[in-house]
Amino acid sequence: MTTNTAESRTLVVEREMPHSPEKIWRALTQSSLIQEWLMNNDFQSEVGHSFQFRSTPVPNWNGIIDSQVLVVEPLSRLSYSWNTMGMESVVSWTLTPTKGGTLVRMEHSGFPSEESASYKGAKYGWQNFIGKLENVLGGLD
Amino acid sequence: MVCSVTPANANHVFRALADPTRRAIFEELTRQGEQTVHALTRYARVSQPAVSKHLTVLKRAKLVRHRREGRESHYRALPDALVPMVDWLDRYGAFWRERFDRLETLLDRMDK
Repeated sequence: MTTNTAESRTLVVEREMPHSPEKIWRALTQSSLIQEWLMNNDFQSEVGHSFQFRSTPVPNWNGIIDSQVLVVEPLSRLSYSWNTMGMESVVSWTLTPTKGGTLVRMEHSGFPSEESASYKGAKYGWQNFIGKLENVLGGLD
Repeated sequence: MVCSVTPANANHVFRALADPTRRAIFEELTRQGEQTVHALTRYARVSQPAVSKHLTVLKRAKLVRHRREGRESHYRALPDALVPMVDWLDRYGAFWRERFDRLETLLDRMDK
């Protein structure tokens, strides 16, 4: 599901999980747990804290995402900036309790629009392409 | 302008660049501009027939274009072939869905 606006676009991934908000909050905010499902990091759940996500460096990409904590509302909302390859974006998490567990919603916003995507694509496409190539290849049969 | 690319085309490009030698040849062409097959053979340190085969795969993926001049074939990169695939949304969509899977796996483990 995606939203289009004039300047930027937002990616939304939403999933209901049969787990309590408390437990999911821990997985989203404890550095060692974040590392297990997302990336190596020095996250601290404190507004203003600057940190990095680090994935395996690949040719032409150091594997680093520079971030800063923007919102911490325990058990419900978490947001941090996500800056890499000259692209600035924001990742926001919202937890909503449901009968069977928790609705986990992730919004990744600030993607360039079609026009500037082509522009940035020309500029950053190759470096980033190689960075993700191995992942994509895994998905090709 | 909106470029659309069919999965089949994208797969061509991915497959073409999956091979380290082909990737090296393509990168060399993006760095150096037009090169002869001879020059590329020297660079890639594999046999000329092997280089020609790699170039054919790159050509099919529309990553390179060639022209003949005398007895030499000259190749140059067409990096625009990569641009249609640079769709941040698609890329990150796949990324986050995969991370959601991992998050769920972790949550299941935390139960134990």
